[in-house]
Amino acid sequence: MAARVLVGVKRVIDYAVKIRVKPDNTGVVTDGVKHSMNPFCEIAVEEAVRLKEKKLVKEVVAVSCGPQQVQETIRTALAMGADRGIHVEVSGKDYDTLGPLQVSKILAALAKKEEASLVILGKQAIDDDCNQTGQMTAALLDWPQGTFASEVTIDGDKIKVIREIDGGLETIKINMPAVVTADLRLNTPRYATLPNIMKAKKKKIASVKPGELGVDLTSRLEVLRVEEPAQRQAGVKVETVEDLVGKLKEAGRI
Amino acid sequence: MAGALLRSALRLKPRLRPAGAERRRYSQRSEGLERAVAAFRSVSGDEGVSLGEAVREQHGRDESVHRCRPPDVVVFPRCVEEVSALAKICHEHQLPIIPFGTGTGLEGGVGALKGGVCFSLRNMDQVLDLHQEDFDVTVEPGVTRKALNSYLRDTGLWFPVDPGADASLCGMASTSASGTNAVRYGTMRENVLNLEVVLADGTIIHTAGRGRRPRKTSAGYNLTNLFVGSEGTLGILTKATLRLYGIPESMVSAVCSFPSVQAAVDSTVQVLQAGVPIARIEFLDDVMIGACNSFNSLSYPVTPTLFLEFHGSSKSLEEQVSITEEITRDNGGSDFAWAEDEETRAKLWKARHDAWYASLALRPGCKAYSTDVCVPLSRLPQIIVETKEDLIRNNLTGPIAGHVGDGNFHCIMVLDPNDPDEVQRVHEFTERLARRALAMDGTCTGEHGVGLGKRALLREELGPMAMEVMQGLKATLDPKNLMNPGKVL
Repeated sequence: MAARVLVGVKRVIDYAVKIRVKPDNTGVVTDGVKHSMNPFCEIAVEEAVRLKEKKLVKEVVAVSCGPQQVQETIRTALAMGADRGIHVEVSGKDYDTLGPLQVSKILAALAKKEEASLVILGKQAIDDDCNQTGQMTAALLDWPQGTFASEVTIDGDKIKVIREIDGGLETIKINMPAVVTADLRLNTPRYATLPNIMKAKKKKIASVKPGELGVDLTSRLEVLRVEEPAQRQAGVKVETVEDLVGKLKEAGRI
Repeated sequence: MAGALLRSALRLKPRLRPAGAERRRYSQRSEGLERAVAAFRSVSGDEGVSLGEAVREQHGRDESVHRCRPPDVVVFPRCVEEVSALAKICHEHQLPIIPFGTGTGLEGGVGALKGGVCFSLRNMDQVLDLHQEDFDVTVEPGVTRKALNSYLRDTGLWFPVDPGADASLCGMASTSASGTNAVRYGTMRENVLNLEVVLADGTIIHTAGRGRRPRKTSAGYNLTNLFVGSEGTLGILTKATLRLYGIPESMVSAVCSFPSVQAAVDSTVQVLQAGVPIARIEFLDDVMIGACNSFNSLSYPVTPTLFLEFHGSSKSLEEQVSITEEITRDNGGSDFAWAEDEETRAKLWKARHDAWYASLALRPGCKAYSTDVCVPLSRLPQIIVETKEDLIRNNLTGPIAGHVGDGNFHCIMVLDPNDPDEVQRVHEFTERLARRALAMDGTCTGEHGVGLGKRALLREELGPMAMEVMQGLKATLDPKNLMNPGKVL
């Protein structure tokens, strides 16, 4: 029971917000828009906290990469029951181009530094839908991975993971240390209650720079253009069957 | 009134019109309406005004058994200035105004009895001004209860009033909604601090003063609570400032069976007297439990049952549950089961959650109508016993679920809408029930509102003098009777 769990939490635009593309088509509007913890990261935090409550792990450390504001997201994880936080400072252009490859390098470095036995992440973020960070982190660490987890059971130094796959459910057993990514049905995350939010203010968040972890943030991807999906056109009502046939011919359909 | 309810219950589907009729109806529309529609378009744009039949029908019905009464036009304003401008146009052209939130009402409140303009407020969907330390938030009418609680989830705060449906919060204010946890957190009347209202002539007022949100006040007449429960007959609610509460640290749910209705209600009274800050006490009668057992393949004893929920810190919950368990035991309660983790709690309460569907499943193909009387707690056993006798005597299906901590209960009347005899018997039953409640110092509507079907009962309940005062207020605020005509008064 010496396990320390590292949980990655990402600050994303809140799922209920109507997304708008910036007029210059370089991205989406984020200024003044409500942000919150990625829903799959909430599930990851909840799972880590439950493991601690069952006394299967000793400490839960929440990690987030980004500018000052991500500390709010770390505080939410602390209010849910994480013990301490690590804020990896990334801002400006570096933050705009931050993607799964760089984040997984950061998480791999931290997992080694913190001597974590388990890294739990959300399966994907709702802003980029990449679904890559967990898998890349496991590869960089050369650790086994249990992705799309809908059930996680620790059994000595092994983990049984039930995975959601196309055909149904797949049960695997992997050795620790390991990376697990949380799927929707893994659990229902708890709400942060006011007393816990107050307690979380006293928990520590350490700051670290990517350079200190030996990570190069250069991105190999360049976003060329962001566009909204095509607007749905109104339908046309016709009075007679002849009109309908005429319109179809006009549109070159028949 | 009996005839109106009978007719409205019989015609539960809108009449199908032959193809040419739509064109004829358009051409029959008055010139006044045409000019008004043009004016609406200049305020809200083409996308903000709809004449489509499907859209109008969608906005002419709610979740009650009253038939669809579509408006002539539906408008979709995006801000209070638009609402005011549109209302001014309606006022000029003498067009009825019907505000519409989510259409989840249960008393036919959105039916456009005299045609007119439905103001669908769904595009005004912003949560404004959250003040965490002051426990208040202001919302627009398109914000629903679940959307607000989702927005608040990281703050440790929530808005607890829970009428079941995911209703518009301003709609809830408009019908003075309540719910399963009113016994601890109150109803909308206790939880609305301020309202922005657009009156029939377009005037915009703030009932407690613009932006004001003190937790209490003695300043002037209580305008806020005049509009809470006015069901769209006095003005259009365009902002509501609501009182928030801390999300409970933990919750425990419990179930307990009783040998009689009296035993269940006695337990409820004693739990409240013991000072237990119980969050929910729900009563299900034996017929309802039977229905839930069949629907969910459960095996609760088929006898009056209480479903309870406690909120608080772990220590406080231990105490609350232990006191309650003792009280239920002293009243002959048995099979007291309780749970703290979310999954088991959900299982325990499943019966109560599915009550509506379990009732419908008793007689597939039928519709359901919920009664809504509320009486002082001490009269509850008597009214439930007499009501059950009435149901049996008249061969009616009416399983009972109730917010017993408030003295409020619902008979879920399952009826075949195509059987005029049954429709008539249900109608007469609900009138007897309402009068029974009135005779016991109660009310004909605890939380659903008066809407279309209970106007005569309201007169009986209030008496002529109070009715005159209400009518005077209505005449002052809406002299042309444009605001949701035919409802409440």
